[in-house]
Amino acid sequence: MSAPIDDVRISFEGEELSGREGQTIAGVLIAAGHRSWRTADGAERGVFCGIGVCQDCVVTVNGVESVRACQRTAVDGDEIAREAR
Amino acid sequence: MSRRVVVIGAGPAGLAAAQAALAHGAEVCVLDEGERPGGQFWRHHDALTDPRLQHQWSRFERLRAVLERARVHRSTSVWRIETEGGLRVHALAGPADAAARTALTIDADALVIATGAHDRALPVPGWTLPGVTTAGAAQALAKRDGIALGRRTVVAGAGPFLLPVAASLAHVGGEVAEVVEACAAGALARGWGRAPWQLAGAAGKASELGEYLASLARHRTPYRFGQAVTRIHGDRAVEAVTVQRIDRDWRPIQGTERTVECDAVALGHGFTPRLEAAIQAGCAISAARFVTVDERQATSTDGVFAAGEVTGIAGADAALAEGAVAGFVAAGGALDDERMRGPLRARRRMHAFAERLATHEIRPGWTAWLDDDTIVCRCESVTRARIEAFSERGVAAVDTSSSRGFRLATRAGLGACQGRTCGRSVEDLVGRPLGLDRRPVLSSLRIGELAACETSPPM
Repeated sequence: MSAPIDDVRISFEGEELSGREGQTIAGVLIAAGHRSWRTADGAERGVFCGIGVCQDCVVTVNGVESVRACQRTAVDGDEIAREAR
Repeated sequence: MSRRVVVIGAGPAGLAAAQAALAHGAEVCVLDEGERPGGQFWRHHDALTDPRLQHQWSRFERLRAVLERARVHRSTSVWRIETEGGLRVHALAGPADAAARTALTIDADALVIATGAHDRALPVPGWTLPGVTTAGAAQALAKRDGIALGRRTVVAGAGPFLLPVAASLAHVGGEVAEVVEACAAGALARGWGRAPWQLAGAAGKASELGEYLASLARHRTPYRFGQAVTRIHGDRAVEAVTVQRIDRDWRPIQGTERTVECDAVALGHGFTPRLEAAIQAGCAISAARFVTVDERQATSTDGVFAAGEVTGIAGADAALAEGAVAGFVAAGGALDDERMRGPLRARRRMHAFAERLATHEIRPGWTAWLDDDTIVCRCESVTRARIEAFSERGVAAVDTSSSRGFRLATRAGLGACQGRTCGRSVEDLVGRPLGLDRRPVLSSLRIGELAACETSPPM
């Protein structure tokens, strides 16, 4: 529990966000004040199950679609884009 | 030659199985979706997790140390299990949902399925608004990422799990407006008070419960009984909820509505087992949708064992005991071995505790809090009205002897989660099981990964 926590920097739709090293992409987005990052049936959606089951939190990461934000650890330099379904 | 035991899942049941199989001299391979072992119960990050959120951490540290003698594949998703002509497991390893993960094919003499369970969250009007999560999500975000989703959260549903969730939110700086339990106080006392001597052995549970109640009291958080969140309000995100009294069948009682302001809601109405692996391995599944096991934790499929929440919701202590039995027998051990005495005793004790959990079981009246246009299947935005139109009660009833016709007609369960979130609720609305939990692949994989798999030789 003593490891120092570095920052991790990612971009979300072009906006630079900083989180804590080791956080998931969902963790970084929520800590930065974003609670939804996808549109479904015209409405906003974000994290729901938080454990990789529901697929409601998917984002595009570095051009790869359908990555569960609650399961993927954020890596410095990740470019995150919203999805619509 | 020693037996090769493959364990799927590194939560309490899987870790205990690995430990026991190693103790009996087996060669052990553990496959787990997580980046770190521990499952949902011991979900953690060394730098981000508040240690106050963990229970039995020293037990976990001992189990984790044992893994040094096993082959462990982390961040690995099993997508197929073969049982004909020997046991064979197909998996993909790498960062979650990455484009080019590594294919693994592993042969086994015995398999222990310890895939656990996930929250069941009942639909409620407004539950797709940002700010609404499952209770498990609130817990995972607190434990894994050290954050609270909202500033002020209503925790609602049924069962004792709501209490650690409320405590976790408080630990990471969130306010809990109230905890709303569907089970009425009287039913709760009858359910948990009956034959309390059987619970004496689960004293650890009682003191844990005491800690949570003290935490609620310290934060002046009300703990309501016989009530439910029946509507979630908000324009683009959660702004408030309606809390209402419900009858013993969970039907809302008109005129008892209260509005509670909040910006987040955590819903948890118990748990549903993750049966994909067991179903594909051909294991018999009970009417209550759990894997059927005998006293050795053996399933109906030769060489396949199951332990933990897939065999019944009974908590971490039961999972640890069942896992130890499953791993030991899978490695060729016998139940009358004296090393099995402790786990067998613990399993008996914790099953008595599990029977009490049934007090919180979902009652059929919950469907009365849905509107016709309430989304039930979140992936495909399928409403209650659409599902009921295609049910046996509806006007456009289809052949539901298999789930295929129903899925194609309604699109419920056809989306990305393949009915993992809505399946049970859809079946409640239709009025009978549809087999929505039968899935051709066990976890999502990309078509390119599937195509590349054929070239990887078994390990």
